Amino acid sequence: MASITFREIEGSSPRYWFLLGFIALFAALGLGAAYYMEHHGHIVTGMNNSIVWGTPHVFAVFLIVAASGALNVASIASVFGKVMYKPLAPLSALLAFALLMGGLTVLMLDLGRADRLIVAMTYYNLKSVFAWNVVLYTGFFSIVAVYIWTMMEKKMNTYSKAAGMAAFIWRLILTTGTGSIFGFLVARDAYSSALLAPMFIILSFAYGLAVYLLVLMAAYTWSGRPLGDAVLKRLGKLLAVFVAAALYFVFVYHLTNLYFTKQHAVEHFILVSGGIYTTLFWVGQILIGGIVPLIILLNPALRASRGLLVAACLMIVFGGLAQMYVTIIGAQAFPLDIFPGWEEKSAFFDGVVHHYAPSLPEVLLGLGGVAIALAMVTFGIKILRFMPDSLADAEVDPHAKA
Amino acid sequence: MMLRLSNRMWKWAAGILAVLLLSVGAYAASSTTDKVSRTAKPEIVIDRSKSGDKCVEETSFMRKNHMKLLMHQRDETMHKGIRTEKHSLKKCISCHASSKDDSVLGSNEHFCQGCHTYAAVKLDCWECHASKPKQAAPGAAPAVAATVPAPAAKVGAELK
Amino acid sequence: MNDSQASHHSTSEVDEHRRNFIGASAALAGLTVAPGVVVYGLAHAKPDSEPVTNKVRWGLLVDATKCAEGCTDCVTACHTENAIQTGALETDPHWIRKVELKDMRTGRSQSLPVMCQHCEDAPCVDVCPTGASFKRADGIVLVDRHICIGCRYCVMACPYKARSFIHETLTDQNPDVPRGKGCVESCTMCVHRVDRGQQPACVEACSKAGHNAIIFGDLNDPNSDIAQRVAGHPTSQLRADLALNPGVRYEGL
Repeated sequence: MASITFREIEGSSPRYWFLLGFIALFAALGLGAAYYMEHHGHIVTGMNNSIVWGTPHVFAVFLIVAASGALNVASIASVFGKVMYKPLAPLSALLAFALLMGGLTVLMLDLGRADRLIVAMTYYNLKSVFAWNVVLYTGFFSIVAVYIWTMMEKKMNTYSKAAGMAAFIWRLILTTGTGSIFGFLVARDAYSSALLAPMFIILSFAYGLAVYLLVLMAAYTWSGRPLGDAVLKRLGKLLAVFVAAALYFVFVYHLTNLYFTKQHAVEHFILVSGGIYTTLFWVGQILIGGIVPLIILLNPALRASRGLLVAACLMIVFGGLAQMYVTIIGAQAFPLDIFPGWEEKSAFFDGVVHHYAPSLPEVLLGLGGVAIALAMVTFGIKILRFMPDSLADAEVDPHAKA
Repeated sequence: MMLRLSNRMWKWAAGILAVLLLSVGAYAASSTTDKVSRTAKPEIVIDRSKSGDKCVEETSFMRKNHMKLLMHQRDETMHKGIRTEKHSLKKCISCHASSKDDSVLGSNEHFCQGCHTYAAVKLDCWECHASKPKQAAPGAAPAVAATVPAPAAKVGAELK
Repeated sequence: MNDSQASHHSTSEVDEHRRNFIGASAALAGLTVAPGVVVYGLAHAKPDSEPVTNKVRWGLLVDATKCAEGCTDCVTACHTENAIQTGALETDPHWIRKVELKDMRTGRSQSLPVMCQHCEDAPCVDVCPTGASFKRADGIVLVDRHICIGCRYCVMACPYKARSFIHETLTDQNPDVPRGKGCVESCTMCVHRVDRGQQPACVEACSKAGHNAIIFGDLNDPNSDIAQRVAGHPTSQLRADLALNPGVRYEGL
């Protein structure tokens, strides 16, 4: 245990540069898409005046939620004192930082007046959940940066538990803030529930850990460092708990709505008659994002296969994107009921299900955010010591069976 | 997990990617930057028949401070409903619009655009605001400036 | 916010401004001692140099029994007044729209205009991160496009679908009504006309068409036509369950 050494990856092989270049290409395409949207206006996107938040927001909110979840591994080490997670902590913090950066980039570049970003820093409406989030995001960056410093600088190691605790509390508040962006909207039937905040926290546990596992496995495999089964087994089991908890919250959320008569229409829309949203909910979020990965992660034989573990993580990520699509776009597609008991008809599409189809620039912008996050991680592990030389079973847990 | 290719092939792949990235960058750079050339000092013509002899403040003061006045007035009008004319953008436009096409924009001879191009200060007032004074209601008498030959004064030379 | 803007000016100017401001406030206080003295619709309701106050709460009353099915004069007038080009696209802006209603049980039909409801506790104002979405002292809810960053959170928050985001570059704006790409906008209750002592364009058009289905006035002034109608007739608020206290009321709904 004492022999764990952190080291930068070599990062000089053509393969490394290819990977970095490949990621950079997507980042460049994302920035290009943002410029295109900015130049022509949002007319070139699939968004409209009924569905004002689209695919960029699906990616952005997913990345932001996953960011706070990715920090979990570090929290388990620092806050809950689990020795096995210690070597995993710095990468977890780096990933959290990078994912938040990627998500915020997408959110900012989608603004109608992205050129006025500075206004978001100089004018604050303290009652706005968005304004709270601006504070929460900047705070998250600073706290995680300090946390990384306390972990990596020997002299600061004694403070890493305190910094880890601060980061843990902050990330809980941050995801509460993210969930409340939707939860505090009284206007829309699918939202206006305090349940969204804790649900987002649980979802973040699952999404963040799935992304972390994918990055960990890729980084160790591609850099040729040993990664033992003990770590993967432990993280895999934890992921199963998170996915199950996420399913439970989704269940309770819909059960609540199904009990309230006034919510029946929107529930019927999401669960039964909503077309793409219903499909994405049942097939994407529940089946691919929940049940199938749960079967893999709970079954020791299946979990042992690294290919299946990767598949489970990828499915959770896909399920997460599907969930965001349903939560963000599905909720807007369902019309506002301004006159309950009346059939509504107007030139502004009152009373009808609103139409939305993602456009290429939106998808590219979203993927650009993912690419920015991955590029930061890929480059980060080359310049600083985020990764232990080895996570072989004997190193991580001397008592593990050979 | 990653494709098993020889080192040489990875080198090629990385090289091709680099060229691709560079060309994307070069394209972006070429499409965003304007053709770089020195902007000539503007020759701005003010139609004195419309504006009278004097601006709402001293010319030298206006050159330095018009943006502050406008910014202040903008908040007064927007948030408090104070609609005094003196420091309003509408007043600027009504006096300074070109007598040719009634606008403050369009070329470097136009009042706002000319100076701002010369000073390389971006203007985004006109993404929302009209660049021409409000048209008189249909049937009303045509604007005086259109018919009366304007005693024009060159201010370009004063710009030093 | 305005104070911080004022700080850009030289000291003397700020002082001058404050003196004017204080003077104006004093004058206004004198004016409003006797309620109902200001008769709306005559000349200027307030001098240009005076700020609006919360003594006034502008409102609209829509009489659904007088609103004619198929008539869209109010909508057309709004588009003309505010230089709005709109069509059948889902990206087109709508400040006011005619909603045709059919009772799901009885089949009774009604028709009425829906616009920004100018809520006292407006959700759009609550959620706006920069404070661009704000309520003027006299109750009119507006968007300050100078600080709107185009995040569309207010559109998400509005229960009335009253807000539109501008998806394309605009040209030929009315000098009194600046509008542009990348910002959110909604019915301004024709604030530029109201400040001049005129009625909103929709109200004028409805009355010109002989329907008089929309009236405009000061809800705080007990002698105003609108306040008396609201006091003496059963009126309703849209989404009254949300308790937003809108400035737009409906009669006969």
